[in-house]
Amino acid sequence: MIIRPIRGGVVVENPYLPYPVRIDQVITETEDRNLKTFKFVFLNPEDEEKFAYHPGQFAELSIAGKGEIPIGIASSPTEKGFLLFTVNKTGLVTTFLHNMREGEIMGVRGPLGNWYPLDQMEGKNIVIVAGGFAFTTLRSTIVYLLNPANRSRFKDITVIYGARTPGMLIYKDELAAWEARDDIKVHITVDGTDDPDWKYNIGFVPAITEKKAPSSQDAFALVCGPPIMIKFTQPVLEKLGFSSERIIMSLENRMKCGIGLCGRCSVGPEFVCKDGPVFTLAKLNTLPKEY
Amino acid sequence: MIEKILSKKEFNDWLKELRKSFEMIGPKTQGEQIDFAPLAGDSAPELSFQNSRLSPKGFVQPASEKMFQFTVNPEDPEAHILKEILQETSSRLVVGIRPCDARAFNLVQLNFVNPDIQDPWWRQGRERLTLMGLGCSNPCSTCFCTSVGGGPFDGSGLDLLMFDLDQDYLIQACSENGEALLKAGPGKTSTEEDQKKAAQLKTKAEESIAAQVSTDHLKDQPLLGLFNAPFWDEVQFACINCGTCTYLCPTCWCFDIQDEVHGLEGIRMRNWDSCMYPLFTLHGSGHNPRGEKVQRVRQRFMHKLKYYVDKYENGVACVGCGRCVQFCPVNIDIRRVCQLMNDYKAN
Repeated sequence: MIIRPIRGGVVVENPYLPYPVRIDQVITETEDRNLKTFKFVFLNPEDEEKFAYHPGQFAELSIAGKGEIPIGIASSPTEKGFLLFTVNKTGLVTTFLHNMREGEIMGVRGPLGNWYPLDQMEGKNIVIVAGGFAFTTLRSTIVYLLNPANRSRFKDITVIYGARTPGMLIYKDELAAWEARDDIKVHITVDGTDDPDWKYNIGFVPAITEKKAPSSQDAFALVCGPPIMIKFTQPVLEKLGFSSERIIMSLENRMKCGIGLCGRCSVGPEFVCKDGPVFTLAKLNTLPKEY
Repeated sequence: MIEKILSKKEFNDWLKELRKSFEMIGPKTQGEQIDFAPLAGDSAPELSFQNSRLSPKGFVQPASEKMFQFTVNPEDPEAHILKEILQETSSRLVVGIRPCDARAFNLVQLNFVNPDIQDPWWRQGRERLTLMGLGCSNPCSTCFCTSVGGGPFDGSGLDLLMFDLDQDYLIQACSENGEALLKAGPGKTSTEEDQKKAAQLKTKAEESIAAQVSTDHLKDQPLLGLFNAPFWDEVQFACINCGTCTYLCPTCWCFDIQDEVHGLEGIRMRNWDSCMYPLFTLHGSGHNPRGEKVQRVRQRFMHKLKYYVDKYENGVACVGCGRCVQFCPVNIDIRRVCQLMNDYKAN
């Protein structure tokens, strides 16, 4: 017989079984072609309802014969009919995925993990600090926050986002559109550029954060980026007065099961896949730095 | 719970009878070792052993197990879509399992079947098993079950517990399932004399376990204090990261997931994995949070003796079977590490 889990006397679906999806669109995001965004559509429309998610969650992208990779969900739950994932070409599965085309069939398993505690942030200011391609679940968050049904629930939204060069920024069209709006403050920056027409900031994310000095008053900071950016941004945020309970980060670790069972993504007693990926800095300060 | 006395002849006849309802699994000589294996035909379990080399955890979580199947045939409209596989659900009776190994299933169950998530294969693998355990009249020198919440005649993980009284077996029911089986089986109610013999056997076995390991302070130790303790350097020094301890351990459950394709047909499977290997945690970027041997050795002991203790409030994730002590090629002894952790005082 087919074995499925039973919860409260009810047979539920196997948590390891991916939903079949079709690649609807592939967008090359960066000039080095190492980052592509994949737009997936569920083959079975009813699966979309089962895949109800929150900004900050991730999913396992599954390619039959290659394996699975844990990737943050870049689309927002307010965007219906598709899912977006931005994938860096790194290993076996991501390299294979980068060579797949629109129309091909693969799988998505999730949503997995916890999410940004946006409910706690209602009525508060939100500061988003991001670097490189760790901007994906924060794109999800921004799109969610800017949705007319949600925007009024939050106060000021400030985004500081940087990449090495203008060509390495992801979601360029959306960034430009957000930059032009008056209900969100967007500070785009690059480490350096020789483009004479560059009209945004130049400088590392921590330095731009210090310069723009978003207020910590009644505010939460969501921080996502490479370890070096995190290392230098943390003291800046502390100087601005953000407490470790209000600095929220998202971790990555190697994963397989994605549901807290296989053991490898553990950070002390916590699993990044199940207890995370979102942790407050206060929580991380109580854990070994095994990430 | 009832108990009965069966002559060894009655016991063997009962096993034959039980074969009608169960696939029989028991200790069997495999080369130079005893391991648990299906007992084909009428072959009897070899019950005069100290303990099997491998724990019988593989009958719940096999070393390698199929999860899904798929085709990559471009002609097939279902190509690249993973499909569930029919699973065996017939009942199995494990005869002669040691109390420690049976108790290990209770400890591991908290990971695989809990209010948050349920692993369908682990649950089914476990539900298939009825455990007829054999109490340890003659524990190994490496055993320390009595220090970690078990004992040589502990029935907490079992359906039935056997006491070997030379000519007879005294069999105790330890679960409702076990009681139903025992009621329907042969044998007569044990006499006071039988019970006295069984109690003596138990006391003698418990007293023969010399190792005394303390676990009472583990819960109260500060997590980061233990993590940063200086003794890990010395504990890990001789370790060669062979992973033998994790493969033999009845409470090590970590696994890997891999796809295999042959021709146009493929499977997704899971395999035992080990926190002793650097690949276990290696990021795609090349970064490795447990790239150093000391980090991996510490992870294994911290998981069993601190993280599990804090997370489930169910004691340590070790049943004291002593296999890792016995088979470690460089003589790392979990009893000593546990004592170091328990006694540690941060400066």
